[in-house]
Parts: sequence; structure tokens; C-alpha cells
Amino acid sequence: MTALLTVDGLHAWYGRAHILQGVGLTVGRGEVVALMGRNGAGKSTTMKAVMGLLAERRGRVAFAGTDVSAWPPHRIARLGLGYVPEDRRVFAELTVRENLEVGRQPPRAGAPLWTPDRLYALFPNLAEMKDRRGARMSGGEQQMLTLARTLMGNPSLLLLDEPSEGLAPRIVQQMADAVRTLKAEGLSVLLSEQNLGFAAAVADRAVVIEKGVVRWDGAMAALLEDGDARRAYLAV
Amino acid sequence: MDFYLVQFLSGLAQAATLFLVASGLSIIFGVTRIVNFAHGSFYMLGAYLAWTFVERWGSDVLGFWGGVLLAALLVGALGAVMEVLLLRRLYRSPELFQLLATFGVVLLVQDAAFGVWGPEDLLGRRAPLLKGTVDILGRPFPLYDLVLIALGPAVLGLLWLLFNRTRWGTLVRAATQDREMTAALGVDQARLFTGVLFLGSALAGLGGALQVPREAVNLHMDMAMVVEAFVVVVVGGMGSLPGAFLASLLIGQLQAFGILVFPQITLVLVFLFMAVVLVLRPYGLLGRKEEAPPPAAAAGPPFAPTGRRAGLAALAALAALAAVPLLAGEYALIVLTEVAILALAAASLHLLVGFGGLVSFGHAAYFGLGAYGAALLVKHVAAPMPLALLGAPVLAGAAALIAGWFCVRRSGLYFAMLTLAFAQIAWSITFQWYGVTGGDNGILGVWPPAWAASRAVYYEVTLALVAAALWALRRAAFAPFGYTLRAGRDSPLRAEAVGIDVRRHQWLGFALAGTAAGLAGGLYAFAKGSVFPTLLAVPQSVDALVMVLMGGIQTVAGPVVGAAAFHLLRTTLMASEHWRVILGLVIVALVLLFPQGIAGFARRLWNRGAEA
Ligand SMILES: Nc1ncnc2c1ncn2[C@@H]1O[C@H](COP(=O)(O)OP(=O)(O)O)[C@@H](O)[C@H]1O
Ligand SMILES: [Mg+2]
Repeated sequence: MTALLTVDGLHAWYGRAHILQGVGLTVGRGEVVALMGRNGAGKSTTMKAVMGLLAERRGRVAFAGTDVSAWPPHRIARLGLGYVPEDRRVFAELTVRENLEVGRQPPRAGAPLWTPDRLYALFPNLAEMKDRRGARMSGGEQQMLTLARTLMGNPSLLLLDEPSEGLAPRIVQQMADAVRTLKAEGLSVLLSEQNLGFAAAVADRAVVIEKGVVRWDGAMAALLEDGDARRAYLAV
Repeated sequence: MDFYLVQFLSGLAQAATLFLVASGLSIIFGVTRIVNFAHGSFYMLGAYLAWTFVERWGSDVLGFWGGVLLAALLVGALGAVMEVLLLRRLYRSPELFQLLATFGVVLLVQDAAFGVWGPEDLLGRRAPLLKGTVDILGRPFPLYDLVLIALGPAVLGLLWLLFNRTRWGTLVRAATQDREMTAALGVDQARLFTGVLFLGSALAGLGGALQVPREAVNLHMDMAMVVEAFVVVVVGGMGSLPGAFLASLLIGQLQAFGILVFPQITLVLVFLFMAVVLVLRPYGLLGRKEEAPPPAAAAGPPFAPTGRRAGLAALAALAALAAVPLLAGEYALIVLTEVAILALAAASLHLLVGFGGLVSFGHAAYFGLGAYGAALLVKHVAAPMPLALLGAPVLAGAAALIAGWFCVRRSGLYFAMLTLAFAQIAWSITFQWYGVTGGDNGILGVWPPAWAASRAVYYEVTLALVAAALWALRRAAFAPFGYTLRAGRDSPLRAEAVGIDVRRHQWLGFALAGTAAGLAGGLYAFAKGSVFPTLLAVPQSVDALVMVLMGGIQTVAGPVVGAAAFHLLRTTLMASEHWRVILGLVIVALVLLFPQGIAGFARRLWNRGAEA
């Protein structure tokens, strides 16, 4: 099976700070991969670099058999890569309905097709507030909206940055259910997480990074067994 | 009563035009975050193009309105072209560069309009079927103005539908809030922005085209309108269309009735109104508090205090300059005197822009007030030159102290607009207070006394005063005061957190810069023998910014080098009738190709040499 996403020798800088120092990872079709590591390890930076959102980066990113390393973000998104940022970034002045509209892209062969109604079914909370502005939603509702908005682009692979961060346990549970539903629909996911429980509940494989370098790569079950690696890189 | 009603209605008609232009400016600003100076030029082009079309086809209804619409569409297309060729390269640049680049376009359009339509005012044909008047309580009121009055709300409604009921409008609103996220969702920003520039510019063009039957088309329409449109946008709240509508109504009425009460100072009224609104409601009437502003105007590597070697070099240069009269002729001395004066003016502005990150768009006001201070003292109380040269910085410094108190309350673009507003107030006082300032005739006969009458002596006097003032400015810049200013530029929140009163330091910096500029202005008055209101006008402020930019914002010697380069360039170009085009191209080229300026470029070469 060829990987859907291949990242190879990825470097990224913020000003002079060399943050990513040669990250390499793959995500196969239908696979859920957890990108793990402590706060500041470079998880979010990896996702932004893959998405083409960083000005200073080097390395190869291939998606669906196409080298997208030099592409601008909107073209990468249109190829079927969906990005859900950690800081949510809902459009505060737009309603739920309008937020979804911004994410809408034409249907894509080989990827699940989403409509607002299907998304409202997936996230019943959103269905009750279609005309509410983003600014007036709770953190958990915003997190659902961000995910739903990206799904409107009918992506074949999701970059999901810390979906459980700062959310109440009940909402975390809902997010985990949603990720499993997405996987069942055939979506591939690269998920960044610090919460081992969440990752263990949804991921097939884990890639652990520290200071911008991949330290561990293997099956999720193996990471759960490997106490040394967990203590060294995750502090759990 | 009837009279006031008619006056009220003319205010409404004026407000409609104002709203068309301001809404375009607001839409463009909302998405691109660029304050587009060229917006007034698009308004003017709309008027000129419509004049041409209406002259040709405007005898029947279809020809007239078709011509108006065609003019608006052409102007919109031009705005789209500007986005593709220029703005697109500037979205990540500091505000100063964006403002200057669009000002370069203003100069280009002015020259083009001058070339195509000539310098004469052009009176347009009136709209067919709408030439007459209607009776309003027994007074005649132009029918055409009634149409305009209806047009304002109609356009507001259409824009509302566009932005709230179409996908394109939703995308634009999303991009207004978070450009990067919009792109990550697959939206092609480049195309979206081109579309926004088309729409905004077409609105300006429409506003201009609709003025053709009402007033003569001329080459001054651009600056007059863009400044008013800025005021409307700032008063209404940046990016808020209902706000722009409300502000247009208020300002239209202010003008309509202000002219009855204070015919001399309607301009001042408008700007005072804006200053008051901004102090009471910092984000405008209907504006929302903005999130963290984009990075400071010109944040960059910190300035290192130059070493002893550079100090010696400066002294040597000063000695060489002082010896110039031994060799040089009269004309060279005149030019060098002006260069020295402008160097001081540019250095004073650099204190604000380079060190404080405060981009002033009205610095010429203090230069001009200094010049007027000296000239008025000579004219009205026959003061001797030393006294007049003392009065110049005192007057300018006092004005800067007052204006600065308002201006430093806001940062970024709002600061730029406030400084512009105060400069316009100062300008209109010198322009309209005929009895004291002589209006646009200026004040003549401000010559140095006999002992300093020779060009050589006045040159030495100027050199000595400028050198002393530059030294003082440097001392301030590298004293704790200057470091605090920079802290306010680079990380205002952190500076506030450690208990530094950033605003107070900025206020003092503003006053200091104004004082220094005032001294330069006083020297200028005696060098030229006369003063005119143009000394305070917007183009003069922009010239000063170009000097700073030309020299390099991140270098201490920059303003001096920049003033010399700019003035020499201008004196050689003066002869050419296309100096506006050349200046405009120079500005655009500087912004796009040499953002680090001459001195910055030289320093980089020097460093490279030192490393090798
Ligand atoms: N915008 C930024 N500017 C400068 N440094 C940043 C920025 N964003 C993140 N960093 C730095 O990059 C490193 C990696 O951050 P990040 O990718 O957000 O980590 P993670 O998502 O794993 O917690 C951290 O040291 C962080 O301080
Ligand atoms: Mg992160």
C-alpha cells in the first residue's frame, strides 16, 4: 500500500529558530496516525509546514502521489488535505452556517462527501445553533465547528491538531467518537495529541517527536507497551 | 425652516457620494489591511472618464447612465490591475511601505490625468431628464440630487446582500477575519483580493462619475476626496459598512451646516469631529475592537549605537561640509542649505518612525508651523532672526504637544490617520485664516538680516544649528528615553507590563520630533524668504517619509542620506514636467526593490566586506 501522505526531511524555521529538523512520517490510506510529543515538540509546526502555511521550510511533502512542497495552502487544500488548527480559529463574525459555507469545496472522488445536514447529524450541538455567530459559542462547540468546517472540503486526509485540548471530558468523548466515525467513513487522519488516552482510543499508529526530530514510530499498541519511550518523550 | 430643509437635503446628497467612495475604501481595507491612498485617484479617474463618455454619448438617458457605469467598471478593472501588479507584493510589508506605494500610484494617476485631460477644470453635461429642480417647501432643489440621496441607501442595501447572501461575500468576510485560515480551507486569496479591489475601486469610480453633473472635474479631486473618505471610514469604524454609512451622513450634515456657521473652517470641523470621535470611541462609531494589530510599522533589528569611529567620521564630514563655501558657488550653497534643513526634518520624523514605530503622515505640519512661526514673528512683530528661529520650534513643539496627546492614544493606521488629520487642520488654518497668514499668498520677505544675508554665512548658520539639533536627537534616541520608545515599538504589551508608560514616552517623542521639525521649518523660511500653506500639505509629509525610506529606516544615518538623495534627485528633476511620474516610480521601486534604503544597502555591503 502506498502512503497517502509522505513527509520526508522536513525542516522549518521561525525567524532564526530552527524548529523542525528533518521530520519524516507517513500516513497510509484509511489510517489514523497520532503525532505525539510534549508541549513545544513541534507537532503544530509540522502540520502547518505540511499545509504550506510556513514561509521558511524545506523538505518534501507528497500527498496523493503529488509533490506539494512548493504549493500554496489553498491548492494543497483543494487536493484533499484538510487542516483543523489547534487554536480553532472559527470565523467569529460568521454564523455556523456561514462558517461551513467557507469550507465548502466540490465533491472529491475517493473521499466521503459531506453536506451541512450530514455534519449536523454528526455534531447535533451544531444543529441547534445554525445561525449563531462563532464568537458566541463555547470552546467545545467551536472545536466541533472547526472540524465540521474542514470536512465541508471533502478531504481525504485530515490534519487534526490537538482536538482534545482544553475541552471538558464529555466533549473529548464526543470528539473521539467523531474521529472514529470519520475513520469508518474511510478518512485518513494525522492527529496531534498530548493526551495519550485520546490517542490510544482512536489511533492505529503513533509517531513521537521531540525538539523537531522523530524519536519513535510504530503501532499504537507498541507505544502503550513501551514504558521507557513513554517516560522519555511523553512524560507519562 | 424651508432653508434648513434644503440644506439638510444637500447634506444627504453629499453624503451619498461620500458613502460610495468610503464604502469602497472600507471594503478594500477590511480584506487587504491596506489603506489605499490611490482610492481618491480612482474617484478622480471615474469622474474624468465619465466626463469623456457623457460628453460623447450623454445626450440621452441610456448614453448618460451607460457612460457612468462604464466609467465605474473601467476604474474597477484598474483597481484589479493595481492589486495584481503592486498590492499583492505588499501584503506582508510594513504599513509605511503600503501607504507609500499607493501614494506612488496617486502621483502616477495625477500625471496621467494631467496628460490626457489637461489642467483646466472640466464642466460636465447634466443628466438627461434630471436637469430640473423640484419645489421643497417653496425652494428649488435639484432633481439629480434627489436621485443621489436615494442611491446611498440603495447601494448600502445591495452591498449588504452581496456580503451576506452570496458565497463570494461570505468568503470576503471570512478573509477579513482570518486570511490564513481562509486559504487553508482552499480559498484562492489572490483571486478574492483582486475581486475586492475591483469592487472597491468601482465604487470609488462610480462616486466620481456621479459627481460629473454636480461639480467641475479637476486634478485636485483625488486628495480632497481620499482624505474625507479616510475620515468617514475612521469615524464609522474601519471595515464597517453601516458605520461608513452613518459617518457619511453625519459628515455630510456637518459640512452642509458647518458652512453656514463657520464658512472659514469647515475642514477643521470635520477633522475635529474625527479627533473627538476617536478619543471617545477608539474604534469608531460602529467599529469593533481589533485583535492584536499586525507587527509594528517597521520592527527590525535593533539600532546599535554607532561606535567612536562613526562619531569621528561624522565630525570629519561636518568639517568638510563647513569648508564647502571656500570652493562652491552660490547655487551649490543654496542646495546644500536646503539639504541640511531637510536632513533635520527627516531625522526628526525618523525618531518617530524608526525608533518609535509611529508612522506619522502629517509631519510636515510641524515643519510648516515652524516656518510660519518664524515668518509671523518677522512679519507682525518685526522680530530679529535669532528670536524668530527660537519661536519656530516653540510654536511647532507646542502644536505637537497638543496633537501628540490625541495621536499617541492610538497606534498603527489610526495613528497615521490622526496625524494626517491634525496636519490637515494646521494646513487649513494657514490656508483659510487669511488675515493673519495671508492664505495661499503666503508670507513674503522673510530674509535673514544683513550679517547673515550672504549665502555662505546663512549656510554656516544652518549647518551649525542642524548639526547641534541632530546631535541632540541622537542623544535622545540612545538615552533610556530612546530605548523605551523602541520597547514601545517592538513589544508594547511587555513594556506596559514592566511598568513603562509607553504612551507618555511616545507623547514626548512626538513633541520632541515636532520641535526639531519646527527648527528646520524656521531655517527653511529664512532660506527661501517666504512661506506658503503647501509646506504643511500632505505631499510634503509624504516627501519626508520618502526621504526616511530612501535612506533606510533601520539605520541612524539613513534620514540624512535620504534627505540628500531625495533633494538632489528632485532638484535635477524639477525641470522635467513629468517629475510626478518619476517620483511615483521611485517610490514604488524603493518599496518593492530596496526596502532597506540606501544607507541600509550600504551597511549591508560594508558588513559583507567586513565578514569576508
Ligand atoms: N509563531 C511562532 N513564533 C516563534 N516560535 C514559535 C511559534 N510557534 C511555535 N514556536 C516554537 O516552536 C516550537 C514548536 O512549537 P509547536 O509546533 O507549537 O509545538 P507543539 O504543537 O508540539 O506543542 C516551540 O518551541 C515554540 O515555542
Ligand atoms: Mg501545538
